[in-house]
Amino acid sequence: MILDLPRFVDSGRPRWRTLEERVRRLEADPAAKLSLAEIEEFHALYRHACASLARVAPLASEPELKRYLEWLVSRAYCEIHASAAREPFSLRRWFFESFPQAFRRRARAFQVSVALTLLGAAFGALAMGLDADSKAVLMPFGHLQVSPKERVAKEAADRGRDLAGNKGRFSAQLMTHNTRVSFALIALGMTFGTGTFLALFYNGAILGAVVFDYVSGGETAFLLGWLLPHGAVEIPAIVIAGQAGLVLGHALIGHGSRQTLAERMRAATPDLVTLAGGVALMLVWAGIVEAFFSQYHEPVLPYAVKIAFGLVEGALLAVFLSRAGRKEAAA
Amino acid sequence: MIARSASLTIRTPEGVEFPLPLAGPGARMLALLVDLCCISAISGLVGQVLAVLRLIGDDLAAAATMFAYFALSLGYGIVGEWLWRGQTPGKRLLRLRVMDASGRRLEPGQVVLRNLLRAADMLPAFYLLGGVVCLASSRSQRLGDIAAGTVVVRVEELAPPDLDQLLGSRFNSMLEHRRLSARLRQRTPPELAAAALDAITRREDLEPAARLAVFAGLAGRFRALVEFPPEAVEGLADEQYARNAVEIVFRPSAPTTLRAR
Repeated sequence: MILDLPRFVDSGRPRWRTLEERVRRLEADPAAKLSLAEIEEFHALYRHACASLARVAPLASEPELKRYLEWLVSRAYCEIHASAAREPFSLRRWFFESFPQAFRRRARAFQVSVALTLLGAAFGALAMGLDADSKAVLMPFGHLQVSPKERVAKEAADRGRDLAGNKGRFSAQLMTHNTRVSFALIALGMTFGTGTFLALFYNGAILGAVVFDYVSGGETAFLLGWLLPHGAVEIPAIVIAGQAGLVLGHALIGHGSRQTLAERMRAATPDLVTLAGGVALMLVWAGIVEAFFSQYHEPVLPYAVKIAFGLVEGALLAVFLSRAGRKEAAA
Repeated sequence: MIARSASLTIRTPEGVEFPLPLAGPGARMLALLVDLCCISAISGLVGQVLAVLRLIGDDLAAAATMFAYFALSLGYGIVGEWLWRGQTPGKRLLRLRVMDASGRRLEPGQVVLRNLLRAADMLPAFYLLGGVVCLASSRSQRLGDIAAGTVVVRVEELAPPDLDQLLGSRFNSMLEHRRLSARLRQRTPPELAAAALDAITRREDLEPAARLAVFAGLAGRFRALVEFPPEAVEGLADEQYARNAVEIVFRPSAPTTLRAR
């Protein structure tokens, strides 16, 4: 086929230029809303560009024109084939609806995440019970290396003064560090879940070892008063990060699914992002509580108050994750 | 070893195909280095600004600075790629763009996920894992791209071709012989016409010797199809002969006199 190239370019150019201009406008303002007439016009221009490309594509003689039309169609295609209609983002709706809904949708991954943490905890406790020297390996943190009795005595003597003037810094450090760890836990899902699996087990092992150490040392009240206020939110946050990592790993493996990798990842992405955001918010709260509340012990703050605070927090979190957004999901 | 593609071909529901030119690991690494420099510069600036908070308290200033660094390191890519349609300053400078691997519009979730998974790509240090995966990937994707279903493409700015510039605007002595021109149009096989136009389009890319050889061959083919009178082709180099022939074939209505541009 020989094309009358000048006539083809002359007749097509005005519409290609118009499409180019419309695409540029949409690219400059991703949130732009088009009227029905504008959408119809855009669609007609896009189809015309596609038809032009279809005419030129088989011809080797118009490489420049073909390249231009491919470029134009690719940009218009990107605008016209958006994945889904976008609603304006609402933080309230996201936190009170999307987050708990995503958590419940991926409940099985959460159960696995809990099971891995508990398995790790059992291993940590058992290792401590069988070999007390394993403490240095299982709890590589300076403040946990001393015996529980010594720690309690030191905290009682300090009366929370060791953090005076440093609570903000400590809180920020906790939040950023824990958020980084949680995001790493999610990202390790890219190792087909193996990395997340091991990290959850290791995290559980540390927790189990600490619990065993303090309970066997007769400092259960101190342990609960120290851990519960922030741990009631922080530990579930880490487990939820593990849940997201396992969701990612499962989407990669695709066991029992007939979808392609791209389809599985596309389906998992909204929940992964939502869970990651929820985890980050939970860790901000946990960081504030740990720096400004958990570090005060008896006689400054009675253990009963701290334990009650932690229990209430944990109960509220459980109700939130299991109940919030149910009505909206049903609607 | 997986062969890396230079482009990703998208087939639209309308039945047409277009390629997305993929960015290689080298260009992506350079863009990353530029972005790291930007993050470092912005961090320094933010640190200076937040130092004002020391007037209220050292603890507050330290906490705010720590937060700001964290938010910047995590949010830089997310905010840049969302606000600039898949581009950070580094990618913009290197003319790269993050796109959905199916050619569709980039979703916010994809932007967040590919940046979130940098934690895996950075393992064990200096993006080693991400770099290796990118080198091994047929679409030059790092782990974050694979999970988010994105690719990084090279950005090109193109305009409709200018036919006058392509074919030249000089006097075409062969067009004065209308009957011979019509015969040339009739006898020229499409393959020859396509090859000749292609050669004209790419003539600047050819080595001088190859250029002479290519146009000698093409002119010979055109001469064999129709014999123009000597006065019409006298002094015409092979390349000009081929260009005149292409103009006759592709632009039947072309005037025979010099055109004003």
